[in-house]
Amino acid sequence: MSREPQPSRVLLDPTGERELATRAPLPRLPSLDGRTVGLLDIAKARGDLFLDRLEAHLLERGAKVKRYRKPTFTKPAPRDLRQQIAVECDAVVEALAD
Amino acid sequence: MAAPSERPERPALPDGLVAIVKRDCPTCVLVAPVLAELAGRTQLTVYSQDDPGFPEGVPVVDDRELAVSYHHDVDAVPTLLRVEGGREVERAVGWQRSDWEKLSGERGLGAGLPDWRPGCGSRSVDPDLLPGLRARFESDRLHARRIALAPLEDEFEAMVQRGWSDGLPLVPPTPERVLEMLQGTTRKPDETIALVPPDLVECSVEKVAINAVMAGCKPEYLPVVLACVEAACTDAFNAHGLLATTMPTGPVIVVNGPIRRRIGMNSGINVFGQGNRANSTIGRALQLVIRNVGGGRPGEVDRATFGNPGKLSFCFAEDEEASPWTPLAQDLGAEPGVDCVTLFPGEGPRSIVDQLSREPESLARTFAANLRTLHHPKLVLAFDVLLAVGPEHARVFREAGWSKAQLVERLHALLQIPGGELVRGAGGIAEGLPEAIKDATLPKFRPGGILVVHCGGGAGLFSAMIGGWVTGEMGSQPVLREIRS
Repeated sequence: MSREPQPSRVLLDPTGERELATRAPLPRLPSLDGRTVGLLDIAKARGDLFLDRLEAHLLERGAKVKRYRKPTFTKPAPRDLRQQIAVECDAVVEALAD
Repeated sequence: MAAPSERPERPALPDGLVAIVKRDCPTCVLVAPVLAELAGRTQLTVYSQDDPGFPEGVPVVDDRELAVSYHHDVDAVPTLLRVEGGREVERAVGWQRSDWEKLSGERGLGAGLPDWRPGCGSRSVDPDLLPGLRARFESDRLHARRIALAPLEDEFEAMVQRGWSDGLPLVPPTPERVLEMLQGTTRKPDETIALVPPDLVECSVEKVAINAVMAGCKPEYLPVVLACVEAACTDAFNAHGLLATTMPTGPVIVVNGPIRRRIGMNSGINVFGQGNRANSTIGRALQLVIRNVGGGRPGEVDRATFGNPGKLSFCFAEDEEASPWTPLAQDLGAEPGVDCVTLFPGEGPRSIVDQLSREPESLARTFAANLRTLHHPKLVLAFDVLLAVGPEHARVFREAGWSKAQLVERLHALLQIPGGELVRGAGGIAEGLPEAIKDATLPKFRPGGILVVHCGGGAGLFSAMIGGWVTGEMGSQPVLREIRS
C-alpha cells in the first residue's frame, strides 16, 4: 500500500546540505631520507618543546625539517599557510600541547 | 524524496470590473443586487470565495481555492476592482456607493441600500488558512531540500534520528511554518548572511528560519536570530574557536533596544533562567544553526571538557528602563534606541553575594574580590568578563552618583595585582605566570575587558559574573550587531 506524503509530513532540511568530499590519504612515505617534513606549531603553550624533540628525531633519521606556526590556536590555519606547507613539504605533523 | 509543490501561475484578471465576494459576508449579501445591476450594464466578473452559487443571477467564477484572492492581495470582501489591459487600475473595499459609482462610472447604484457598509475579512487572510495558502502559493521561495517522512515515521523521532537536535524535542520545520517564520523579516529567503563555522557553509535567511522554527521561535524573533548568526560568524567573534575549545564557554546573547519589549523578552526575575520563550529559543536557534548548517557538534569539533547548560540557549535582555547607566550596546558604540545584539563568549553565570554593602566603594571591592577569581585567581589578562549588576546593587551606585565608567575604572584599579602573587608556585600553586613577571604589577583585565549590563529581579542584593574565553584577536571579542527588520 502506498500513501502520498501529506503536506504536513514534509520537512525542510535544516542542514548545510553539503556533499562531503572524501579524500584518500596520500600514500605513506617509504622513507624519510631526504624528505621534507613540516612541523606546524598551532601556538598552544609548550607546543614548541614537543616539536623541538620531534625535529631532533627526524633529523637523526635523515629528514629535512621546516617549521611553521599558526598565528593563534583558536582559529583555523590561514589559507596561505596551508598552501605554503603543501608546496614545501612531503609530510606534515601538526602539534597540540599545553 | 522531493514533494512536488507546483506554484500555480498568478491568475490574470479579465478586463472590466472584477468583484471578489463570499456568501458568508453580510455586506456581500447586501450588495448582491448591485452586482446584478452592474452585470447588466457593463463587463463584470465575480469571484466567489466560498460558494460558486453566490451571488445568484450573475456568472460567478469559483475561487474557493483562493488563488485569485491570495495573489491579488484581497484583504476584505467585497472588493471591487477596475482592470485595464490585465492590470488593476482602481480598487474599492467594502460597500461605499460613491466609490463604487466612481470606479464603475455608473450612476444610481444600489437604490435603497445604505450609503456605506464595511466589508468582512477575506478568506485569503484567514489566520487558519493563511499558512496553508502560503505553502501552496509561495513554496518556490524556498530552496531547502524537502524531506518527506515515511507514513509510519514519527516526525519527532525522525528529526532526532537525523541528528538535528540539541537533545531537546524540535518543532517540525514544515514549509507552512518556515514561510510563516519568514514573515518576521523583510529580507529575502535566499540572501546569504554568513559563512557558518566550523564547516564554513554559506547560510541563507531561509536556513536560519528553518532552524528558528525547530528551536521554537516566533516569527517576530527572527530578526534577532539573524543578527546573532551574523555576529557569531565574524572573525572577531570567532565562533569556530569558541565551539572547538575545551573551555566551558559558548555564545551569550544580550539584547538591547525597544525590540526587547516588543517580543516580550525577560530582563527581570530569573533573567538567566527558564520560562521565557524568546530568551529560551533565540539562543537555541543560533546554536542549532551552528550545529546543523555549520556542522558543529559535541564530540566532533566541539571539544568542551564540561560545556555548560547555557549552550542550549543563553540569551537575555538588559533592563534598560530601571538602569542607572547607559545600556551595554551603547557602551560598545550603538546609537541610543537602536535594536542590537551583543554576543559575548561566556561561561555560565556565577553569583556575587553582598547583602551588607551600602557604599559604592565597599560594593566595588566585593565585585573586585570575586572578579579576581575568574577562571583562576593567578591568571590575568587572558579573559574578559560580563558583569551583570542586579537592581538592588545598582541602587547603591545610583544613590552615590557613580557612573558606569567610574565603577569600571575603580574595578580596574582594585584589580592591579603584584606579580609575586601570580607567578608559578606562589601560594603553593603550580599554576601561574612565568617567573619573569614577578616584579611587575599586572591588571586582571585588559582595558575594555570589563563589560557591565543591568538586569535581574528587583529583590536580592546580588550580582553575577559571566567569565569570558580567550580574549582579543587571539581568541574571541564581544561583537555588537544591529538588528535589521
